[in-house]
Amino acid sequence: MRRIISILLLGIIALGITLSLAKIPFGTPKTKVGRYYIDKGVEETGATNIVTSVVVNYRAFDTLGEVTVLFIAAIGLGAVLTTGRRKKPERKIEPASLVLYTGCRFLFPLILLFGAYIFVHGHLTPGGGFQGGAIVASAFVLTYLGCRERRISERGSKLAESLGGLIFVIVGLVGLAVGGYFLMNFLPKGIPNFLFSAGIIPILYIVIGVKVGSELAGIIDNLIEESE
Amino acid sequence: MSFLNHYIYYIGAFGLIFIGLYIVLVKHNLIKVIIGLSIMETGVNLFLISIGYIKGGTAPIFSTPEIEAARMVDPVPQALVLTAIVIGVAVLALALSLAIRLYQHYGTLNLRKIKEQRW
Repeated sequence: MRRIISILLLGIIALGITLSLAKIPFGTPKTKVGRYYIDKGVEETGATNIVTSVVVNYRAFDTLGEVTVLFIAAIGLGAVLTTGRRKKPERKIEPASLVLYTGCRFLFPLILLFGAYIFVHGHLTPGGGFQGGAIVASAFVLTYLGCRERRISERGSKLAESLGGLIFVIVGLVGLAVGGYFLMNFLPKGIPNFLFSAGIIPILYIVIGVKVGSELAGIIDNLIEESE
Repeated sequence: MSFLNHYIYYIGAFGLIFIGLYIVLVKHNLIKVIIGLSIMETGVNLFLISIGYIKGGTAPIFSTPEIEAARMVDPVPQALVLTAIVIGVAVLALALSLAIRLYQHYGTLNLRKIKEQRW
């Protein structure tokens, strides 16, 4: 009965969506603002990756809000999992085999390096702080799966997270003091397609990368601690 | 055939959204409901990206001089989805942690049984 009703409901919704979407052609330019960003983006921000210039220059305030949502989700997860957790007797963790242990110790710095490359070059190539942060967090997943006796220090990850948020806001406030609006691009824009270009965009993306990486690593740490 | 050519991305995106919605409406297991929410989120991301697509368009990156601005896809939906994916992962983890707490409290993940129980 429940199934039939839900299928009927979905059918009605699908009909409505089809009728409205049939009027929207696929594959044609739709927004004028996107066209503006493509035409003026390199000249105004110095970043050759237009997506990056939208995320951390035109809509940087929005990104600050999104980073805050991520922070709140991580805090909420920690709060939900740590309240009422009893001290369990230390369980003996079975060590991983030598091949696994050596392999993950070998790969860990390389994955961190790759993540750092992704978020440092966010204004030049596909990638950026969010993607690089996710890659950095995947290195920590590898250590938790491969070398199980190793733990990231909780204070270190909290410190990196808080410093990341703090630097983001400070850079924004310096822009407010220098140029009159929050998160203004006050540094010289340089020559496009060089590493040291695009003003505050690389700084903000490095900060976002560190913050996202430490937050996701903290989430994984909380979940793994719960499962033991 | 031209219909499919024109709307295949919309069909795929809304297919994912409807699969997710169906799971959320019908299933009783909380883990399955969370999986359904995750599938719905993937569909929404795909829909946003496909709205910004332009026929024969390239990625909006001026990496080489011969790339022309006129053929680039819309960067705004990509910028939105970029952050939405990472936030989706964090929210998924939050939902799973709540599921862990519920299981410890009630001893079951079946939503019907949880509703019947009064502590």
